[in-house]
Amino acid sequence: MSEKINNRDDRSALLPRAVGRVVDSLTLVSIGALTFFGLWASPADVVQGDAQRIMYLHVPAAWAAYVAFGITTLASLLWLWPRTRSAVWDRVAGASAEIGLIFTGLTLLLGSLWGRPVWGVWWAWDARLVSTAVLFFLYLGYLAIRAVPAEPIVRARRSAITAVIVFIDVPIVHFSVNWWRTLHQKATVFNPELNPEIHGVMALTLWIGVVAFTLLYVSLLNRRYQLAYLEEGLEETALDSAILQRSGGVK
Amino acid sequence: MNAFSEIKLIAGKDLRIEMRSRILLSQVLPFGAIVVLLFAFALDPDRGILARVAPGLFWITVLLAALLAIGRAFSIEQQHGARDGLRLAGLDGSSVFIGKAIAIAVQLAILEAVLGLTVVVLYGVEVHGVVVLVATAAAATMGLAAAGTLYGVLAAGLRARETLLPLLLLPVLAPVMLGATRAFEDGLEGVPGDAWPWVALLTVFALLYTGVGMLAFGPLWEDT
Repeated sequence: MSEKINNRDDRSALLPRAVGRVVDSLTLVSIGALTFFGLWASPADVVQGDAQRIMYLHVPAAWAAYVAFGITTLASLLWLWPRTRSAVWDRVAGASAEIGLIFTGLTLLLGSLWGRPVWGVWWAWDARLVSTAVLFFLYLGYLAIRAVPAEPIVRARRSAITAVIVFIDVPIVHFSVNWWRTLHQKATVFNPELNPEIHGVMALTLWIGVVAFTLLYVSLLNRRYQLAYLEEGLEETALDSAILQRSGGVK
Repeated sequence: MNAFSEIKLIAGKDLRIEMRSRILLSQVLPFGAIVVLLFAFALDPDRGILARVAPGLFWITVLLAALLAIGRAFSIEQQHGARDGLRLAGLDGSSVFIGKAIAIAVQLAILEAVLGLTVVVLYGVEVHGVVVLVATAAAATMGLAAAGTLYGVLAAGLRARETLLPLLLLPVLAPVMLGATRAFEDGLEGVPGDAWPWVALLTVFALLYTGVGMLAFGPLWEDT
């Protein structure tokens, strides 16, 4: 392999330690605020009752999932671009996809819990539900590719290309499924006019949720990145000691 | 050698191997046929359900059989260092991609023709709108072959490729399955006008994956 990953800017942590601490603390504070606003400060929905409170988690989780997959794509492109190629982007891509998958799963689960009392069913063949489910499997496949052991550079290239291919499929899935069926509520906050249709405390709570989940995402990404860095170090150490053992302890 | 003759070389090589080994005819086709038969066991054949859902069942069968054909397209280069030999031949990555995709597309087209006939006969489907059906099948086959070749090379040479390929490919092909099924339904129900947007979608999918495949195949190919 003549190519080498540019290790000049290889870093063991994504965020400086102090910044990481601040993000972690803000995450905790905002989750606390979300809990308070979501459970006590906001009124129950006139039509949906208390079930509507699930939205304060469901919508932010979906948002965080989109952010996470977006970052995975961006990081993969930065890896593929020779000038910005760095092991940092490979780790960011993998870490972000894992978190995104968790948030996507959470979105589906929470949506299902909400759908039961409000729609009367756990699952409906609605456009957004179906495309979210397909999204889940697309990134599950991406992570499966990442999990296959290979030379770091080979694995990074393979993963980066897969991430881009998977991302290309997202709008096609979205579009085709949308044509197929649509039952889901129209987007209330992120509608085309960006003019939220809910007001007062409920809107505030939803926004706190979005902030909290975004912070949570950054915090988790930072942690997962550190872990990925340590994992790579462990692999190398394990390899070294295995070679040492095979060679009978002769250095 | 220009790109065209490189493509012809690769497609010819893959099809010649198929002609001699007859894996498609002796294994993949019978597999598809038994799946068609099993659907009739699962869904009561007496109540006319089969004819109504025939487009979906047909495309699921094609999708499953395509997985086998795509896996096969890369396993033929597994032995005797064939892949290394091909890599050393100095062919352009995008030509190899197009060549292999064409070979897969030809095999899928044969598969679809035979399975389609089987479905029509066994499920009692009345055929209408042949033009739209053929256009749908052509666009869908191109998409299947392009995406399949791309993911095939991604999984080729990996230890868990047999299980990895379906996991990777099926979600990606979900829009093809959806579009082709709807277009077939519209065609068979005698409203081909509704089918054309789906055909357009399938064509966009095929072109997109052909483009991405031509770009990405080379580097992936080097790593397998």
